[in-house]
Amino acid sequence: MSDEYEHKLEAKSDYATDASSVPSTDIDSVPKAELPDQELYHSHSWWTTYVFSQDAKYIGIQYALTAVGTGLLGLVLSWLMRIQLAFPGLGWLDPAAYYQFVTMHGMIMVVYLLTALFLGGFGNLLIPLMCGARDMAFPYVNMLSYWAFVVAVVVLLASFFVPGGPTGAGWTLYPPQAITAGTPGSDMGIILMLISLILFVAGFTMGGLNYIITVLQLRARGMTLMRLPLTIWGIFTATVLAMFAFPALLVGCLMMTLDSLLGTSFFMPAMVSLGETLTHEGGSPILFQHLFWFFGHPEVYIVALPAFGIVSDLLSVHSRKTIFGYRMMVWAIVGIGALSFFVWAHHMYVSGMNPWFGFFFATTTLIIAVPTAIKVYNWILTLWRGNIQLSLPMLFSLGFIVTFLNGGLTGLFLGNVTVDVPLSDTYFVVAHFHMVMGIAPILVIFGAIYHWYPLITGRMMNETLGKIHFWITFIGSYAIYFPMHYQGFVGVPRRYFEIYDSPYIDTSTLLLNKFITIAVLIVGAAQLLFLYNLITSARLGKKSEKNPWKANSLEWQTPQMPPEHGNWGKELPKVYRWPYDFSVPGAKEDYIPQNQPPSEIIGAKVEKT
Amino acid sequence: MSDSSFENLPKGWKSVPSDLGSDQTAFKGVQWGKAMMWIFLLSDTFIFSCFLISYMKGRASTVVDWPNTSEVFSLDFMGVPVPLLLIAIMTFVLITSSGTMALAVKYGYEKNKKMCGWFIFATAIGGLTFVGMQAYEWSKLIHEGVRPWSNPFGAGQFGSYFFMITGFHGTHVSIGVIFLFIFARKVFRGDFDTGRRGFFTTMKSDYVSIEILGLYWHFVDLVWVFIFAFFYLW
Repeated sequence: MSDEYEHKLEAKSDYATDASSVPSTDIDSVPKAELPDQELYHSHSWWTTYVFSQDAKYIGIQYALTAVGTGLLGLVLSWLMRIQLAFPGLGWLDPAAYYQFVTMHGMIMVVYLLTALFLGGFGNLLIPLMCGARDMAFPYVNMLSYWAFVVAVVVLLASFFVPGGPTGAGWTLYPPQAITAGTPGSDMGIILMLISLILFVAGFTMGGLNYIITVLQLRARGMTLMRLPLTIWGIFTATVLAMFAFPALLVGCLMMTLDSLLGTSFFMPAMVSLGETLTHEGGSPILFQHLFWFFGHPEVYIVALPAFGIVSDLLSVHSRKTIFGYRMMVWAIVGIGALSFFVWAHHMYVSGMNPWFGFFFATTTLIIAVPTAIKVYNWILTLWRGNIQLSLPMLFSLGFIVTFLNGGLTGLFLGNVTVDVPLSDTYFVVAHFHMVMGIAPILVIFGAIYHWYPLITGRMMNETLGKIHFWITFIGSYAIYFPMHYQGFVGVPRRYFEIYDSPYIDTSTLLLNKFITIAVLIVGAAQLLFLYNLITSARLGKKSEKNPWKANSLEWQTPQMPPEHGNWGKELPKVYRWPYDFSVPGAKEDYIPQNQPPSEIIGAKVEKT
Repeated sequence: MSDSSFENLPKGWKSVPSDLGSDQTAFKGVQWGKAMMWIFLLSDTFIFSCFLISYMKGRASTVVDWPNTSEVFSLDFMGVPVPLLLIAIMTFVLITSSGTMALAVKYGYEKNKKMCGWFIFATAIGGLTFVGMQAYEWSKLIHEGVRPWSNPFGAGQFGSYFFMITGFHGTHVSIGVIFLFIFARKVFRGDFDTGRRGFFTTMKSDYVSIEILGLYWHFVDLVWVFIFAFFYLW
């Protein structure tokens, strides 16, 4: 076995020397620079440095802070909803407010928190640094992207203050009810929501073009695509998905805006509302569902793929071990991304579509489980016999694997038409998607923040507070969502603002609702602890050494930490290998940074990457 | 950027694995802005595809018959209704403006400031003519009672999709026209020869920008061909 392995290694290196046509005998040589050094924008005033900044790192932090701020509102909304569900007798919320909070909670969390934080936040911060670039390709457009996002958030929040309040149509915004009298916010609220989404898409497109071009065209010398950290692969693929999925949302939003403002009938069939026949006629509500889910399903992976990528890097660094099956991981990310465009109608099994259609979409949905399972196996095999450091990023990554597996398995249930039909619109669905695209990515975000915090501030976050935060969040989310699976099985419908004692509702549900709500409040409070840690550590945290986690990827190899404007000082880095050379036999240290020249590590048995 | 360093690279299909397996850039020698425009256009293709597919679905499922397009879109010429007359002229103008744009790009790379500037100007005039004729067509239809929500000829969705999609396309053309005028001025002022810095971006001007604008313009023309086929010929 070991002979065979060595033989393979040899064969590989033979191939490498044959194929490389570089005549130089210098082992430290990398291909010549194709482009002159990037010209940077240098800010001259307070406004252009801190507000309208064109430095990707600042923009990343701005994106992250705005997203987290909006996300906090989403968190508070979830508290209010849970208090209503646990204690319906209090009359805490009226039905309209409940629907509005459900809608705003969903939309804020999916689009304005997760998408903006992963792509706008981590994308801007990490893409130039990890690729070895000085900045994004188009810093000015990047700045516009952030400010378009801010305007989108402001418009969204403005809907809380208009007559009728924000829309209460559910985050899927299905017509005809979204724009029909009787639904909360059916005139002003929904319009602001649609405009906000259109602005978000416009802003995201500007950012997304930057991310794609930076990854494709601005890599350092020696940085091939197959030497990129998986974080970048995840963010890059998610961005590509977003560029092709958001158009469907944009079109759907535009058409519904016209339906609402001009009285067109794209999505509106002939209807009787409040005893009067509406002027709408002949539209197709299902068309909106197709447009929405053609965006909506890739959106799940827009959130999940960056999480996959980041967690792969965290696991590898914190278990001091090469990522298992790097190339398979890359192809799995790309494969999941491609497949995600062919599964959208599994959200519409109960919309009345042709059963053969459901059969097709169930098949494609189950096929996605294959590359996803490859990823989960590879994460576990990365940990296998690794030197596991139970640091905060590792804890959150481990939490992610379990949670994602959990949410993924219930996804197999819901992907099958026959199982989905009785379970749809129950709490089982709520539990499933919160586990798989709520808790799982959020755990990665926490891990990533603990991991990259020193890169941003130069200080470490408090470990003890972090561990308390982890255990409450991790166990707490199971306390919240495990009972919901059960509630779904006994048939408790979702989106009911009041679950009271009745022959149709199992009595255990009422008690469980109270239990879940208490768990929600505790988990929510733990997030305040996290915020406290986040804020105070910036000033009071332990000073971090350079490259505190002994990672290989380029973002830790900048001359200054935190990296300054332009990232790399005078000379751009040269890359000699992938970022996963940990615990290499024969090497002095247990890590070999991507930019360490081969001449400095002679004797180390590095695999050619 | 010297093209000589790329001469030894594989050509044709073999260049795909070679370029993707290489370091630094995936598209060898392609300026960032140009690559960006291609990817933006790919995304924009999805927008127009969504519009046109929605249109097909909407048209297929209306409860009232779709209006007879060859009657609705006909233009009276010397007292005789001629179907597709206006639209044929519009299409001709727009496609011609693609030709002048291509010439502008050619003269731009030859650093022929005068010819380049005039051809961009001609392209802008072509685009403006197109938008003008579209405005005329809209006003004619509105005059005949076609509204976004209803019309006297048949299904109300006809006006909805027609105004929305041609309006969205017309917005693309109008934005293109504005940029064409700005670029014509920049060419005549010599920005691309002196590498004058952009007012907003503070980055140096380069003749490649004209090609990038050209890509956008050709795309807008291409989309029009599809809109033309789907609305006027179906």
